[in-house]
Amino acid sequence: MSIISKLKKHNILGRSGSGFPVGLKWEIVKQAKANKKYIVVNGAEGEPNVFKDKYILENYPEEIIQGIKIALETIDNSSAYIYLRKDYYKKFSKDLKKLIKGLPIELFEKTGGYLAGEETVVCQAIEGGKLEPRIKPPFPSQEGLWGCPTLINNVETFYCVSKIAKNEYKNNKFYSISHDIKHKGVYELPEDSTIKQILKQTNNLPDFDFFVQAGGGASGEFLLSKELNRQVKGIGSIIVYNRDTTNAFFLMKKLVEFFHKENCDKCVPCREGIYRINEMFERKQIDKKTLKDLFFVLEETSFCPFGKGAVNSLMSLYSKLLK
Amino acid sequence: MSKDKKISITINGKKIKANSGQTILEAALNNGIDIPALCFHSDLKIKSNCRMCLVEIKGKKGLHASCSTKAESGMEVITDSAKINKARKINLELIFSQHCEECGDCIWNFNCELSKLAKKYKVEITRFSDRKKGFPVYQFGPSIIFDSSKCIDCGNCVEVCENQGVNFLEIRKKQNVSQIIPSKDKNKDCIYCGQCITHCPAGAFQAVGEFEDVEKFLKEKRKGKTIIVQFAPAIRTSIGEEFDIPYGTTITGKLVAGIRKLGVDKVFDVSVGADFTTVEEADELIEKIENKETPCLSSCCPSWVKFVEFNYPEFIPNLATTRSPQIILGGLIKTYWAKKQGIAPKDIVVVSIMPCVAKKYEIQRKELEINGLKPVDYVLTTRELAYLFKKHKINLRKLKPQKSDAALGVSSGAGVIYGASGGVAESTLRTAYAKISGKKLSKIEFKQVRGMKEVKKAIININGRKIKLVVANGIGNAKKILEELKKNPKVYDAVEVMACPGGCIGGGGQPVPSNEINRKERAKGLYKIDAGKEIRMAHENPIIKKIYKDFLNNSQIIHLVCHTKYSAKKKENKF
Repeated sequence: MSIISKLKKHNILGRSGSGFPVGLKWEIVKQAKANKKYIVVNGAEGEPNVFKDKYILENYPEEIIQGIKIALETIDNSSAYIYLRKDYYKKFSKDLKKLIKGLPIELFEKTGGYLAGEETVVCQAIEGGKLEPRIKPPFPSQEGLWGCPTLINNVETFYCVSKIAKNEYKNNKFYSISHDIKHKGVYELPEDSTIKQILKQTNNLPDFDFFVQAGGGASGEFLLSKELNRQVKGIGSIIVYNRDTTNAFFLMKKLVEFFHKENCDKCVPCREGIYRINEMFERKQIDKKTLKDLFFVLEETSFCPFGKGAVNSLMSLYSKLLK
Repeated sequence: MSKDKKISITINGKKIKANSGQTILEAALNNGIDIPALCFHSDLKIKSNCRMCLVEIKGKKGLHASCSTKAESGMEVITDSAKINKARKINLELIFSQHCEECGDCIWNFNCELSKLAKKYKVEITRFSDRKKGFPVYQFGPSIIFDSSKCIDCGNCVEVCENQGVNFLEIRKKQNVSQIIPSKDKNKDCIYCGQCITHCPAGAFQAVGEFEDVEKFLKEKRKGKTIIVQFAPAIRTSIGEEFDIPYGTTITGKLVAGIRKLGVDKVFDVSVGADFTTVEEADELIEKIENKETPCLSSCCPSWVKFVEFNYPEFIPNLATTRSPQIILGGLIKTYWAKKQGIAPKDIVVVSIMPCVAKKYEIQRKELEINGLKPVDYVLTTRELAYLFKKHKINLRKLKPQKSDAALGVSSGAGVIYGASGGVAESTLRTAYAKISGKKLSKIEFKQVRGMKEVKKAIININGRKIKLVVANGIGNAKKILEELKKNPKVYDAVEVMACPGGCIGGGGQPVPSNEINRKERAKGLYKIDAGKEIRMAHENPIIKKIYKDFLNNSQIIHLVCHTKYSAKKKENKF
């Protein structure tokens, strides 16, 4: 059975947060007609409080390289980049280079911030262009690096590929668990686990009143303790907050500042909308109608997933804990 | 799939045809369906920044930017719904939070897309406080003003500046928000082409003196001065747009009548100056070919000249020393004509109407002075003249055509096509051909160098001698040619460059909007004038012959009135 068939059979979804079917992506790139194709391993890991790619780079570098090797064999005329955030590059490049040996794999040190993990911005970064998202379509799998079909997958996805190839895949996923808990860390658990199960199994279920942000430390949705019988959407992370010791207004203010600083200023809703939300939080004068309107245009009209991600986190936090 | 393949889509229930590969916005605009779009310009890449052109597509979730979504066969598009209108209204309010302005002095005047949309979507313009209050106003040389407090960050100016190979305008983050600012890099400087002006949807760029100083020259009349207005070739088919006259309509006579109504003493046609430029440049070209000193680079575009002086000074010896048409005619007015009329040159004020803002820079060049006097005292753009007409309640539509003053004659057809890219090269070739071969051209038109194409090449055979010609519009294209010449100086003998798209007809001083549609028509109008002229070669123009015989009859005077020199330039715009 080919790797693509196996990926499809196991219904593997990308581990970057967007959850695109991996088998389908590989098939598109494989079938694209081009003299040159690229593979990019995305190790940008820009969401705050998410550190599972780091964990995998540290503990399973052979599996990652094995996964890339399979991709190189599957996709003709291809070469690969491992795109790593600065500190990961420093920490892991030496070991990775040893494993790469003669393979056509290059390491690339990430430039830019949060947004530089978005797949089209990754292409811009590697090409040395402006760190702004590109119009989609064309998707990178059609026209990515230098206009060539490009397979971009998360570090964890390549780990999964190597496991699947060896028939060792157990439908697991990596979860970063952090903040007001006792056992901070990365855990490999079944991908259909609920948040509650994960917290329980890792001995992290608090005995105090709490809420969580699941699926990314910036864009993840905020959930109350009664809403935990569901899987983690987006990237595998759970951040636990003690409800009594956490100032939700301050938390939101920090998040808004983050989005204000990290957005690329390209489109009106992100540049101007987040500017105005930030202004309201700085002045501590929240106009509910305006906030609602700004969430609306961010959600509906922003250029790239950044705006939607911001709304996903900010709106859930505001409506559940601040209103 | 062939590009011409037609598909059909439905917009607001109406079935329309679209070309395969077209975006929804393009298909809509082609079919007369209006979708608001601010950052869209047919010259530029799709950026999809302003998020105004939002539409709904049946079967697809959410709102979609029509500028960046391809039309697909059978697609059902809605451009007007409560959700769309709400999103547009809020985004407009955010745009206006960068653009709280008084509208009186804006180049978009009554044609402002922003204010039209504000009305349509009942926008609360001051919902948010003015984020850009107190943002700096920059002046670039004597040509351009950039009021960054009006900027809506669409990035069009940065893109045109980059396309020009100039890269003077940059986006920089300041306190977590991007701003458009002039570059501090000592190797980047403005060349005053003014394409930022014609591509800005928000009127953040304008010419220096565009509004306040526009009447200054008329006041000189009170000081007993003789006021001469001379108008450029490219104006006659463009200024009509400001008075709702269809694109490309030739209104030379109405233009002359309008200028006279302002109360000036004489109205001359710069196309006559262009005939002198042609004759001199043809001589230079021939000389350079004979002395094996090619390539010969054209020099009547002041932005191009500044670009060479600043970015490629090693090519200065190749620039034709012939002065541009407005400078030669201005010089002749203050020498030959002044003497004939018995007026002291210092009592003459020459005002040029130009499609260009770089011409404001050109007239300040010291080396052009004749006996201590500038050949031209003021430059007004096409837009400025239109503004002045409107201020004086002069409606070009209603005027009876008049002829320009005959004291400096009538131009040949060659002088008129100067306004379009390729026009200078064609005019020069017509004359150079006759001079080298001693024969009359059987076919006078050099169609290879006409049209809107960015780079046009031709090999012209004169008496067995092959002249390799290249014509470029847009400095970015010219830059590529210079790089080619750096590698091999023999690839071209003659190079014509105009900084603006399509040549002067797309100049930075022309009416807005300025895009591929109206530029084409403006150029067509000029070629039509040429085709209808009896005399189509500069050197055959009787007034040219007469002035060379009576006045420009020794090399010293020819040099004084018709030639100039260039020098390497340092950065002029530092902030």
